[in-house]
Amino acid sequence: MTQGIRDKVAIVGVGCCKFGENWHQSPEDMIVEAAYEAYSDAGLEDPQKQIDAVFCGSVYPSRGTAEVAESLKLFDRPVSLVQNYCATGTDAFRYGVAAVASGMHDTVLVVGYDKPKDRGVSGPSIHMNTARGLPMTPAGWFSLCCARYFETYGAGREDLARIAVKNHHNGTLAPKSMLKKEITVEDVMNARMISWPFTLYDCAAQSDGAAATIITRKSLAKTFRTDPVYVKGVSIALSANPQSDPSFDFLAWKPTLAAARDVYKQAGITTPMKEIHLAQVHDCFTMTELLTYEDLGFIAKGSASEHITSGTFELSGELPVNTDGGLKTFGHPTGATGVRMIYENVLQLQGRAGERQVAGATMALSHNLGGAPQTCGLAILGIE
Amino acid sequence: MSDQLVGIVAYGGYVPATRLPLAMIHGGRVKEGGAEKSVAGFDEDAITMAVSAATNCLHGFDRTTIDGVYFATTTSPFREKLAAAFIAKALDLRSNINTIDFTGSLRAGAGALLAATHAVQANADKQILVVVADSRLAAPHSPIEMNMGDAAAAFLIGTDGVVAVIGSSFSHVDEIYDVWRAEHDEYLRSWEDRFNVMHGYTGNILAACLGLFEKTGANAQDFHSAVVSGPDARSVSAVAKKVGFPVGSLQDAFFGRVGNCGAAFAPLLLVAALEAAKTGDRLLAAFYGDGAEVLSLEVVNSSFRAHHSIDWYLARGKALRSYDSYLKSRHLDAGEHDRRGGEGVPATVHYREKDSDISFLGQRCTQCGTVHFPACRVCYSCFTKDQFEAVRLSDKTGKVMSYSFDYFFPSPEPPVIVGVCEVDNGARVYVQMTEATTDSLRCDLPVEFVFRKIHEAGNKPNYFWKSRPLDSSSQATKEGVVT
Repeated sequence: MTQGIRDKVAIVGVGCCKFGENWHQSPEDMIVEAAYEAYSDAGLEDPQKQIDAVFCGSVYPSRGTAEVAESLKLFDRPVSLVQNYCATGTDAFRYGVAAVASGMHDTVLVVGYDKPKDRGVSGPSIHMNTARGLPMTPAGWFSLCCARYFETYGAGREDLARIAVKNHHNGTLAPKSMLKKEITVEDVMNARMISWPFTLYDCAAQSDGAAATIITRKSLAKTFRTDPVYVKGVSIALSANPQSDPSFDFLAWKPTLAAARDVYKQAGITTPMKEIHLAQVHDCFTMTELLTYEDLGFIAKGSASEHITSGTFELSGELPVNTDGGLKTFGHPTGATGVRMIYENVLQLQGRAGERQVAGATMALSHNLGGAPQTCGLAILGIE
Repeated sequence: MSDQLVGIVAYGGYVPATRLPLAMIHGGRVKEGGAEKSVAGFDEDAITMAVSAATNCLHGFDRTTIDGVYFATTTSPFREKLAAAFIAKALDLRSNINTIDFTGSLRAGAGALLAATHAVQANADKQILVVVADSRLAAPHSPIEMNMGDAAAAFLIGTDGVVAVIGSSFSHVDEIYDVWRAEHDEYLRSWEDRFNVMHGYTGNILAACLGLFEKTGANAQDFHSAVVSGPDARSVSAVAKKVGFPVGSLQDAFFGRVGNCGAAFAPLLLVAALEAAKTGDRLLAAFYGDGAEVLSLEVVNSSFRAHHSIDWYLARGKALRSYDSYLKSRHLDAGEHDRRGGEGVPATVHYREKDSDISFLGQRCTQCGTVHFPACRVCYSCFTKDQFEAVRLSDKTGKVMSYSFDYFFPSPEPPVIVGVCEVDNGARVYVQMTEATTDSLRCDLPVEFVFRKIHEAGNKPNYFWKSRPLDSSSQATKEGVVT
């Protein structure tokens, strides 16, 4: 059985650049902005001496590990690059946590970043170097559960639209989010169709961005700050490709189910709806967020529609989800996203989330789902 | 020479589902039931139509006993590459077979049929599949465009269960520029139609028919059905009258529904004539092109039925949305992003993946029975390594597990309908769907699989399989067999 890493590692600093179409910024600019904010947040005065190792997460790196090391001039120490689809940021964090928990390093910097806006296209790139598996678009992959789920449980496009409306609202309250625009259910329903049932407003905003966090051993945490946040569990699970898996039911994403089992065991959580006070979940597309409510065990399978209608996951609801606007409006620089979620959860747990603050939150979860989708990353953080 | 009866043992036509209403060509009002022509869908070409016709012809036949594929066409997607090899691979035939492309002539189909018959008669091969398909391009808005269509036909030539015997033939050659395409011509070229008919078509059909009558002692009255291909309806009926075929014996040439489908024209009409024939009937088939070739056939067993009849294909036509979507499908839309750019599927990837992509073979785990697609090394269910047997998925049916409509992926006819289908043997396949409408999609919809062109990146056809809603009538047949 997994022993887990509960309460062995603490987060002592977080940083995040403003996400968006950062035409004026190079990856170096964004990495430096995020990392130096994290240094400052941790009260770290001499990163050259105090950072023992760097774990980077990036899906479209142009120069790999050197891109981060050269930006921060952090040389002559371990610098590694992690890639795991949309769970890349969370997985880089997991490597950092494991390195600290094992005693190999005292203090580690985790940097997630991506710069998709140098590719010259507003959406995903289409590669015609295969005949099988097309159309190879993320919207097409993530929409695959919709038809079966809708027919089975009676949910529909309006339910998805309400998730977009919620995340657009939350995004207006986050200073570093990309989009700050309230929208209506009608806006979503009438927008250009991308991949049925997803219109433009059901899709996350692909953006540039970087986020960073500094983690250290629990015993050292209070030398950095008085209110460190502790890692309760961190997990990655990869499941069979839903396009070829002979036993896939198109009602729940298997990677989330598997990673949730593991991370709840690590964190000692048995009733997630009660024990978790807020969550950042992967809303690359609205349906991903809908299924995640159920796949994480917050609510019963098939009941998402009624909870969306009753506002369970709104900022004022029982379990606020995507308090900073999520991928939908905060932006989605793939490698940065998992680390950005940790940034938001740390701010929330430390009571520093401003207008979007969830009162009294002591346990927060973050979730990524990536690939076709095949891989899920989960991290649970607590202030106590 | 073999003493056994040699002839056609199976046949099947294919008319693509896409129709171009003729009124659309000149921007006129499209009327319900008006004249139209069949056009290959944007995901079809001569090779995929050949595979569809062959699949129709071979339904229920053992494919392991086929010794050859003779493919006749004037529109192979390749100037240099054996199209018959692609067809054989898509049909999952043996590799020790004879594959020949008969090209460059409108009467290539007659040549292929005779060559196959002679090879079986000579006992060189037991069974040969003859497939004819054509998808010729006319200059947009040209008069000739009105009469041209796309189609395919397939015949299995053998000795076991002969349906019709090709008794004798007569060939007449005449070098003439009436219709042609030179090395760099994209569109069919044609001389003035009155010259073509007077000095090309009519004289040549007449010469070949009269030659056959003289050779065999038969006359026009002896034939229950006459198949005559030609450039337009009026010329066909005029020459039939000149030859002297009895009233009512001329096979309908489907002008206004299919059109002159090039090398596949006479073969398609021959399939239609065979479908209507009774045991003992004598048929004549006249193939035109730089002269003419005439075959005389006798039906010895009229009980054979192809999986789908020509009438079935004619009834399922679906009109294009606009002439513009036709132009897009043929890369003739000047404003359109060139879908033929990029590298396409690398030759090495194609080489490794062709059992999956072209033959559509899945694999069954011999330990636990789980069927996978594409092939893999370790079983999804019992995790046994390398204990698999190949299973053909192309001739199975299945159902839609879930689906989506992709408006983002470049297509001449968006959206791309895509979904995961479960094949009857349990394999899951992620495939695009063709000949379907978004409003008719639902989970568990029954489907079959068809060989299609997925894209033309690298300036070449890149093929894979698609699903297609299973026709309700063929579903009923299938259930009828079960009960």
